[in-house]
Amino acid sequence: MSSYQKYFLRKLMWYAVTLTVAVFLNFYLPRLVRGNPVDTIVGRIAKGMTDTDAIKNMYDNFYREFNLDKPIWQQFLLYVGGLLHFDLGTSFTMYPRKINDILSSALPWTIGLQLPAIILGWLIGNILGAFAAYKKGIFDKIIFPATLFISSIPFFILSIILLYVFAITLKWFPSGGGYGYTVIPEMSFGFFKSILYHHFLPFMSIVLIMIGGQGIGMREMALYELNADYVKYAKLMGIRESKIIKYVFRNAMLPQITGLAMSLGTMIAGALITEIVFNYPGLGTLLFRSIRSLDYPLISACTLLITLTVLLANFLVDILYGIIDPRIKASQSEEVNR
Amino acid sequence: MSAFRILSKSPKFIIGFIIFGLILMASLIYPFVNTADPFEMLGSAFQAPDKTFLLGTDNFGRDMLLELALGTRTSLLVGVLSGVIATVIGLSIGLFSGYVGGWIDEGLTAFTNIFMVIPSFVILILISVSVETRSLFLTAGIIGLTSWPWTARAVRAQTASLRNRDHIMIAKLTGFNTLRIIRTEILPYIASYVVMAFIIQLASGILSEASVSMLGLGPYNTLSLGILLNWALMFEAPRVGAWWTFLPSAGAIGMITFSLYLMNLGMDEIFNPKLRS
Repeated sequence: MSSYQKYFLRKLMWYAVTLTVAVFLNFYLPRLVRGNPVDTIVGRIAKGMTDTDAIKNMYDNFYREFNLDKPIWQQFLLYVGGLLHFDLGTSFTMYPRKINDILSSALPWTIGLQLPAIILGWLIGNILGAFAAYKKGIFDKIIFPATLFISSIPFFILSIILLYVFAITLKWFPSGGGYGYTVIPEMSFGFFKSILYHHFLPFMSIVLIMIGGQGIGMREMALYELNADYVKYAKLMGIRESKIIKYVFRNAMLPQITGLAMSLGTMIAGALITEIVFNYPGLGTLLFRSIRSLDYPLISACTLLITLTVLLANFLVDILYGIIDPRIKASQSEEVNR
Repeated sequence: MSAFRILSKSPKFIIGFIIFGLILMASLIYPFVNTADPFEMLGSAFQAPDKTFLLGTDNFGRDMLLELALGTRTSLLVGVLSGVIATVIGLSIGLFSGYVGGWIDEGLTAFTNIFMVIPSFVILILISVSVETRSLFLTAGIIGLTSWPWTARAVRAQTASLRNRDHIMIAKLTGFNTLRIIRTEILPYIASYVVMAFIIQLASGILSEASVSMLGLGPYNTLSLGILLNWALMFEAPRVGAWWTFLPSAGAIGMITFSLYLMNLGMDEIFNPKLRS
């Protein structure tokens, strides 16, 4: 078995374990807090209701939906069994719509918003950060503190500011939604244009902050590397500067990739809140609505989907990392030789 | 106090410290100047800033400036509490794991890695949505309990690199017990690092509170910056043009996190000489 295959299999195993823990938490946490979630939810919905029959009915419905009449291990197996059949149950508030259906209409919006924003923001941020570390001067003196300020604002704060300035005051962009009310969703140029037009502000609020955060991280990493002994040695050896820079940035890139993996969860969470600000028809807004209406199965499906997405993204970054970092290969073959 | 004298040479740290200090003082002092009940509806809805209401009123006609001061105070408190909890847990696990090594280290590292990948935001939502009442202490507790892995991982790496140093070997030969070695031989080396990690945890705790509150899962019976933003969005304040209901709270969150990152960066440049450019 090659060393990379070994690395891959070990990662795969760890992610399988993490996935199991995540699914278990998603199932168990709401039940742990107060015996079962039904008491809380029915209690809250039924506040002020006087019709005891209706309350009883609701209670029974919720009970069946959660399989609460069965022991907890059986509930968990039923839950996992449902997941394996891609069956997430039925929504309470949008009854009788299937949760699968609701999620699959929200997911493309979120992916279309976040994936390009995170990738583009990461790339631009790293290039600018490397530039700032290497060029110093104006880049480092003026742009760096400005970027630091931008990157310390959370996504959703910038969204609110952009919304107020560009959508409400200047009216350059729409203030919310995924596409115009008058546009029919179809494969047409007009629809596509409307999507892009609505996409711009939420997209910018994620990209700008990504650029800031990544730029600062990259600058720091590149400064570390530029001061490293091998750079001084290479300079003494008379190696061409462009070649040294290539080495420096390749090494500085690596922690940036791990950094991306580590912060993906927070990033995706922040970007989901951005959707709420712009009332964007993705997962974040869906989660917001389901929380407000206490649509329990929908909330738990949203959190599960978010977890799965974060895990998958992390896994992909880890796999990529193994390919890029020669040190992983080296350490693996060392283990083999031992 | 000598540590502070060194820090005072970093303009980044000083600027961050002053901004943070001013915000903290304002949020602590203003409620003593204006002792009115923040939940009392004094004016009409969305009144623009004027002489009586320096920051206008919200959708219920309540004094925004007072709400902002109290909200900032709560957000800072949640941040500090969750930061302390996360740092204590992360530090304990990281120290223990890194110092003891062996299978305990492997187990704890695996545990840490699992909880680093599972988004804490999700766990925060799952718990917040199921409990009957949420006090600000509960929210802070959950945030602290879900955000320690990052600190644990960093502390573990630092401790593991110290473990085989000569002075620790000598301490072991002298017969010091593990707790004493950790306290006298390891902690001083990573102290500056732990303070920096705490500052970051404080900032991210404030952001986490704002995020869950914006989802409508904030603590009950209190005001926080996230709750103020949640109200502003729920009652369509941006569309009404009532900028005074959301820009100040958004700005407060931005300034607090900025000042904390600036302090962190200043400390980093002092304690990590390699970064000084």
